[in-house]
Amino acid sequence: MSSWAGTFAVVSKDVRSEWRTRYAVNSLLMFVVTAVSIILFALRSADPASDLLAGMLWVVIFFTAMSGMSRVFVSEEERGTTLTLQLVATPTVVYFGKLLFNSVLILFLSLIISLMFQLLFQEFSIKSYAVYVISLMLGSLGFSAASTIIAAIIAKTRSRGTLYAVLLFPLLIIPLMVGMSSTIKALEGSPFGEALPDFQVLAAYLMVMVAGSSLLFDYVWKE
Amino acid sequence: MKVVKYSSIVLVTFVIIAGIAIPTVREPQGLFEFPMIPGLGQKSRNIFFHVPVAWTTVVAFLVSMFYGYRYVRTKNMDYDIKSVSSAGLGFLFCFLATVTGAVWAKFNWGDYWNWDPRETSIFILLLIYGAYFALRSALENEEARARLSAVYSMVAGLTVPFFIFVMPRMMAGLHPGAAGDVEGKGPVLELKMSSNMLFVFLVALLGFNLLYVWMLDLRVRAGKIEYQRIKQQTS
Repeated sequence: MSSWAGTFAVVSKDVRSEWRTRYAVNSLLMFVVTAVSIILFALRSADPASDLLAGMLWVVIFFTAMSGMSRVFVSEEERGTTLTLQLVATPTVVYFGKLLFNSVLILFLSLIISLMFQLLFQEFSIKSYAVYVISLMLGSLGFSAASTIIAAIIAKTRSRGTLYAVLLFPLLIIPLMVGMSSTIKALEGSPFGEALPDFQVLAAYLMVMVAGSSLLFDYVWKE
Repeated sequence: MKVVKYSSIVLVTFVIIAGIAIPTVREPQGLFEFPMIPGLGQKSRNIFFHVPVAWTTVVAFLVSMFYGYRYVRTKNMDYDIKSVSSAGLGFLFCFLATVTGAVWAKFNWGDYWNWDPRETSIFILLLIYGAYFALRSALENEEARARLSAVYSMVAGLTVPFFIFVMPRMMAGLHPGAAGDVEGKGPVLELKMSSNMLFVFLVALLGFNLLYVWMLDLRVRAGKIEYQRIKQQTS
């Protein structure tokens, strides 16, 4: 089996088992609704500025990533299927399969979060769609790259929930801050060239994270 | 190691005495007077402590990463002991750099904490060290503990270049060398210091690094004894 076919086999296995229960997607959607309504209550009387809302958008994406991204490996550990997966697939295939699944999940969720922000906040008007879409995509992919390798580490420990946030936060600062700054530029309607340095940093972060974790994943996965 | 031990004691003592006792005057003459750096004044003495300590923090982090890498390649427990000892010292030096920096910031910039890019970076480094030790305490199997914490320190190390090279140039900051600084790269990077000041600074850099090497050696030796003791108890 080629590594492409293997990667897609891992993704389709995850998608199928997710489709049967819809546990992760349902709970994450409810989480998003809860988080956005808390922000709505908090800002009800105020007239939030657009850069505040850009920050809030990333706060919601950040906490969604923290609560949902660890499932790819934790669920294998809980169902006791880690050994089977180790037998049938090489570590690289497993890593890229899980990364792809997480990336699809977070892109879908950030799309939902953006739509909710568009609907619910009048001040959240995107003036430059190209900048907005690229910053959201690159930022979310950077999130999923960092969260996948940490999820693999965290699956082997005892106190998974709290530790995941602790380990993940320092790694996500860079995409979080840069993503916020380029989203503000999208809301203010800056030209594409002004946001280009941000995109370069986000793309560099994504590449470094994916390359580094695909090399290091072997040591996490093999006992 | 004896050489390292005694020279670190001598050098750090020299730096403490010279750094505090030598007066700062407007027109320095001779070896025993420091020039007044505009904007810093008497506070410029902190260069001898804050900068070397911050530098040692980064060295300790890189050493910890390096031995973590050696551990996952060889599975030799000695490397894990070296890695965790260096991380512990890095945490200590990181804390000292934060405290000396915060005090300096209070008297130079008016506040203990300003979220300048370098302050943010050192805060993140503290968080990384904290997360590293939290991860270690959550794993009971010592092989898994050594392996996973080594991988975590390497993954965290991947983000360090972004903090050092990218962030200070993207955000406006207060440290010398930040984006839009009119005074250039500051006394350390542009060597605005007079030659005797530079000498004390370089001695401080060397002295604090030797102090780190000596402390690392002590911790590694103690760690090895502790490891042997636990192994004898369990077997």
